[in-house]
Amino acid sequence: MTRESHPTYLLDRTRLHDSHTLDVHRKNDGYRALETILKEGHSPEQVIDLIKNSGLRGRGGAGFPTGLKWSFMPDANKDRRARYLVVNADESEPGTCKDRVLMEEDPHGLIEGILIGCYAMRIRAAYIYVRGEYRFAYDRVAAAIEEARRANLLGKNILGSTFSCEIWMHKGAGAYICGEETGLMESLEGKRGHPRPKPPFPAGFGLWGQPTTVNNVETLFNVPFILDRGAEWYQSMGTENSPGNILIAISGHVERPGVFEVPLGISAREVLEDCAGGVWKGRRLKAWIPGGSSTGFLPASEIGLAMDHESLKNARSMLGTGAMIILDETACTVRSMEILSRFYEHESCGQCSQCREGTQWLTQILHRIENGQGRMEDLDLLSSLASGMAPGKTICALADAAAIPTHSLVRHFRDELEEHVRRGCCPVPSSPGPAAAPPRSPSVEVKA
Amino acid sequence: MHEVTHETRNNLPPTLVAEFTELCTHYPERRAALIPALHRCQEELGGWLSPETLEAVAGFFELEPVEVFGVASFYPMFHLRPRGKHLVSVCHNISCDLRGAQDILDEACKASGCTPGGTSDDGRFTLVRVECQGACTSAPMLALDGVYHEGITPEDVHRILGGVQ
Ligand SMILES: Cc1cc2nc3c(=O)[nH]c(=O)nc-3n(C[C@H](O)[C@H](O)[C@H](O)COP(=O)(O)O)c2cc1C
Ligand code: FES
Repeated sequence: MTRESHPTYLLDRTRLHDSHTLDVHRKNDGYRALETILKEGHSPEQVIDLIKNSGLRGRGGAGFPTGLKWSFMPDANKDRRARYLVVNADESEPGTCKDRVLMEEDPHGLIEGILIGCYAMRIRAAYIYVRGEYRFAYDRVAAAIEEARRANLLGKNILGSTFSCEIWMHKGAGAYICGEETGLMESLEGKRGHPRPKPPFPAGFGLWGQPTTVNNVETLFNVPFILDRGAEWYQSMGTENSPGNILIAISGHVERPGVFEVPLGISAREVLEDCAGGVWKGRRLKAWIPGGSSTGFLPASEIGLAMDHESLKNARSMLGTGAMIILDETACTVRSMEILSRFYEHESCGQCSQCREGTQWLTQILHRIENGQGRMEDLDLLSSLASGMAPGKTICALADAAAIPTHSLVRHFRDELEEHVRRGCCPVPSSPGPAAAPPRSPSVEVKA
Repeated sequence: MHEVTHETRNNLPPTLVAEFTELCTHYPERRAALIPALHRCQEELGGWLSPETLEAVAGFFELEPVEVFGVASFYPMFHLRPRGKHLVSVCHNISCDLRGAQDILDEACKASGCTPGGTSDDGRFTLVRVECQGACTSAPMLALDGVYHEGITPEDVHRILGGVQ
């Protein structure tokens, strides 16, 4: 199967000239699903049932069933509190840059998804939390919101119906932790992005303590297509448990890096070979990351794995954000892990000691191994540290995000770690050596 | 009209006050506008958040200055010390690293006269290393004053930085 041979929908409109404008959007079926719902008077419950039946799963990393999440919102007749939809456009997981494409090239598709979600959950206000660095994406979505408002697709009595809804843009300020849904809500409230203990869950106690649903950009982007074309159509793509198409951002050592739309369940090899043109410069594959930095390193021998939730879970990894990162034979996995660890150290909010200290220690150990000062005991120390951090030992999953790749390195690239220690230097000739020191200096030195 | 309920030594320019007053209407609680407001202050008031600015913002939001400082200091995009006229941010995360971010950083140091994290002697540039900017499929990248330059080579760095005053 080649890239062209499967049906697509997510990126179709983005290839059109001026795809970001309302005019082009509407000429290409845009807002048709919303119009149908409002004109034909579909009930919110019908919409939620359809999304449930489609099997759509969240694209923000955890793969939670979207219809089920929506159904957790309390009954609006009994619970009269204000309620919110929060759109997670923080996109900061290293390797991930797919929501950006949707926001920049088809912002109205996102707006329609938001409106349908709000209709289904009887929500009247949505916030799009965009990472602060995404200026262009922010401007595109903001302009689209204005266009939609002028066309009565947004605001009071949308398209003459009884449905009213507002969408507000909100700018983050560069903290990865604000992609975690409760950290995001704290940040949106104007505070430090400290994740909240769960329970209570956002559906009961979210933004300002009110019922809230948090969804990823790509998740919501799928919604109008499902409404328009049906659950059966949706399930004709992808696998039984992971239906639909997904955007895969593939980066690193490939000929043609990019964001590609593929059916879930496609083999990683196909994405690498057919979409991205294979490993660059005719080199061999050494390691790959399937779904963003948190999902860990897999060896070249596993490139045949299917890109879906179950297959990657069985390989002790995750689909995550679907961001594949490719490392060729000249890359050093220890250096790459050191970079990731430094990232998690920098981004830890500091509330939980396992995460705050653990990420610092991991970075220190990886740094000394890459620097040729590692000891054999460090390998087990890495594993035991990672086991002390996750799973389920901290308020949020940032600690897991650091622990999973650490375990994967020791599991699959033990030889490379050992060679660093044995030789007393990085054995990869082309590697630039240890990564830059972390911005914060560790408080304690870890000894084996 | 903005009601001044706190006695503040430092006041925000009226245009920002008007802007923030409108911004607050987007939320049921005014404080939610704090981070967007800090962004605007940084843009308009010299590229960084001075203690005076933070105090003025605190006055507007009726918060203790230390509370506003606590928020501002949490977020990497806020600068709490003066910086050069232009901000150069080089991504040093994994996808950029695999495609030569180190070389971009080295060139950016040369072209700007900065060390990473530092400001050039002439005050023209501040250079920072940043984490993943969501440009991974067009790595390596740098941002000049927030504008992305993607898929660049070390030669490009000189052209990009050479083009500013
Ligand atoms: C540390 C951390 C960072 C996260 N960053 C993001 C992010 O940038 N964007 C996103 O959509 N989800 C992110 N998530 C997942 C969110 O918490 C949440 O599960 C998601 O937004 C839900 O949307 P979905 O159900 O549509 O996938 C992150 C989670 C963690 C633990
Ligand atoms: S790793 Fe540099 S932009 Fe993502």
